[in-house]
Amino acid sequence: MQTFLKFLRGFTEGVVLLGLLFGTLGAQEKPNTCLECHSMLEGSLQIPPQKWNADIHKTKGLGCADCHGGDPTQMDDQKAMNRAKGFVGAPQGAALVQMCGKCHSDAAFMKKYNPSLRVDQVSEYFTSVHGKRLKTGDQNVATCISCHGVHEIRPVSDPRARVYPTNVADTCGACHSNDKLMAPYKIKTHQKEEYQLSVHYEALMKKGDLSAPTCNSCHGNHGAAPPGVGSVTNVCGQCHSVFADLFNKSPHKAAFNQMGLPACVYCHGNHGIKHPEDTLLGVDDKTLCSQCHTSGDPGFQQAQTMRQAIDQLKNSIASSEAVLSEAEHKGMEVSQPVYDLIEARQDLTKARTQVHAFNAASLQVFVQAGLNITHRATEKGHQALAEYQFRRKGLAISLVVILIVIVGLYFKIRQVDRRSNGE
Amino acid sequence: MSQENKIGSKFYRWIDERVQLANLRKFMAKKAVPQHRHSLWYYFGGMTLFLFLVQVGTGILLTLYYRPSAEEAYESVQFIMTEVKFGWLIRSIHSWSANLLIAAMFIHLFSVYFLKSYRRPRELTWLSGMFLFVLVLAFGFSGYLLPWNELSFFATKVGTEIAGVLPVVGKFTLHLLRGGDDVTGATLSRFYGFHIAILPGIATMILTIHLLLVQRLGMSVPRGVEKELERTKKPLKEVPFFPNFLLHDLLGWYVALAALAALAALMPWELGKKADPFSSAPAGIRPEWYFVYMFQTLKFIPAKILGMDGEVLGIFGFGLGGLFLFLVPFLDREPLAGRRTALFTGIGVFIVVYILTLTFVGYRV
Repeated sequence: MQTFLKFLRGFTEGVVLLGLLFGTLGAQEKPNTCLECHSMLEGSLQIPPQKWNADIHKTKGLGCADCHGGDPTQMDDQKAMNRAKGFVGAPQGAALVQMCGKCHSDAAFMKKYNPSLRVDQVSEYFTSVHGKRLKTGDQNVATCISCHGVHEIRPVSDPRARVYPTNVADTCGACHSNDKLMAPYKIKTHQKEEYQLSVHYEALMKKGDLSAPTCNSCHGNHGAAPPGVGSVTNVCGQCHSVFADLFNKSPHKAAFNQMGLPACVYCHGNHGIKHPEDTLLGVDDKTLCSQCHTSGDPGFQQAQTMRQAIDQLKNSIASSEAVLSEAEHKGMEVSQPVYDLIEARQDLTKARTQVHAFNAASLQVFVQAGLNITHRATEKGHQALAEYQFRRKGLAISLVVILIVIVGLYFKIRQVDRRSNGE
Repeated sequence: MSQENKIGSKFYRWIDERVQLANLRKFMAKKAVPQHRHSLWYYFGGMTLFLFLVQVGTGILLTLYYRPSAEEAYESVQFIMTEVKFGWLIRSIHSWSANLLIAAMFIHLFSVYFLKSYRRPRELTWLSGMFLFVLVLAFGFSGYLLPWNELSFFATKVGTEIAGVLPVVGKFTLHLLRGGDDVTGATLSRFYGFHIAILPGIATMILTIHLLLVQRLGMSVPRGVEKELERTKKPLKEVPFFPNFLLHDLLGWYVALAALAALAALMPWELGKKADPFSSAPAGIRPEWYFVYMFQTLKFIPAKILGMDGEVLGIFGFGLGGLFLFLVPFLDREPLAGRRTALFTGIGVFIVVYILTLTFVGYRV
């Protein structure tokens, strides 16, 4: 057995040497004995060469030794993986972060490959919960390779990358949905499940909108941390800027701060945000407003008025649509008022947005603008239906006239035919 | 004689002196139309003429408001439909009448074909009629684009594309029809020119020849009727053209008018959505019903047949079919009796069944 292993080793070295010789003469590539040897090993040690071809670093011309150190020109494993020649093996934890940061924090070096790439990932990482815990000696927290993978690292623009927007939830969920891993930290593991029911997930995964938020959009990526109560509007406001602006100017801003409530999240939730319904607004038991406001207080009054105004516009749009649809169905030309209703629907959206100012008067401006359009459209619809009736009556009269002429003609024809036949 | 009659006869004499109405009266009084069991088919020629005149009248009225540009065409038709007094009626009548005209013309064409009225000496009447048939189809094709709506835009795109696959002349024809590489405002103004100036000019000329030939040669009596009369030795029954036949014709026109009024008022012609050249073609796009059998054939035909382009072969086949119809009076040399005549009747039946089947399939698929 020993002899056989010796033979195998000698044969391998021969093959590798030949390969190196022809490789050097042929493609003029940097010698890399690491891949040659690892590809002949078994188990986890043979995985790196299998994955390496898909790695961004490989395509940029980097080799194993650029991260792991050592001498890739040596056939002897002792010489190739010599610590004196900088071999660092497979570092973990802080050492790993430092290893990646060696290049990724070096602006001059990174400029050679991608001038627009940020170089503050490592410093940002140490502001994250992951980084902070790592500093305290917790070796189970996420580091660079937990998210980006290892030996098969793809650019973020590659849909197969673990950090591509549509894959981020799965990447984070690999740890955060794992009860066993999260138990020591007392972190719940339902976030991914909730997120998959959210309007954001639907936009990202079903509608293919890559700008829709996923985990890192709100929590950050390298500096991942839960947003603090006070900064929720800033986070949501990155995309929903109008809502955030209205909220920050509203009386709710100070009240929420005082009560220590997370602004947007308190009404809309966080991971499982659903499409907002008008039923959230108002004063009946199922509404959100009624959780804090009670009959008689100004907020109660505002909520009631806002809901009534929105319902009024919504119903008015629906009745306009019904009248115009009936006219359209009867073949009448009503495309202009149908088109005008788009603006009324936009006014309804603006009014719903204005709810976040929690001021019924400012919301009423948009409701009134929408109502003006729906009233005109409904009137046009009724006019079209009246015109349809007029046409039907006109047709009946004209058909009677035509029929009388036809009957007259018929008798005239009989008369002239008889005359022609000499009757 | 009353004072009014005196004025009437004075006016008649004045006109007669200048245009010799007496000759015309004599001609009209003498002119007779054969009457037999197939006389019904004579009225479809008159009905086609009536619907053509309706098209001329309503078309002229539409030009008062229609604006032939990609920016304004749709809006101007919308304006006609909503703002112009009875504009909806005029536009709907124009659209419905166009369809009824083509239907009446198909019936007229095939009734003449099956009764073999194209036989000597009426070859030129047939030829002029066939030219009118092609012209009316061209009227339909060019007019369909004018509202510049989604359906008409994409149907024109597909239709002109088909013309573009023809070998040698394809690219030239495509450019001639479109006024460029794509269907644009240039195509619209070009089609408008075809629809209201070029085609009407040619159609008026050929229609005049067609009507003059009909007047000159009279109505054809089907050979079967002639043989029966020869056998029974009975004289051919005739009715005076004026007023008997004209009154029958008028009755047919009034029936068509009643149908048009009912269709226009109860089923106004839709305007659809404005054409957006940058959007993708809506699903189920198909041309007007009278082109569906051709469109469906080209859809069914394999991409390659014996190494040749299937679409080109399909168009070539339709070209041959058209040429056959044009030349049928010269091919069917013995239409009076015999096997050859049965062959041409068979071909006619095949053409009608083919058109009906493919049209039916086109609407089902």
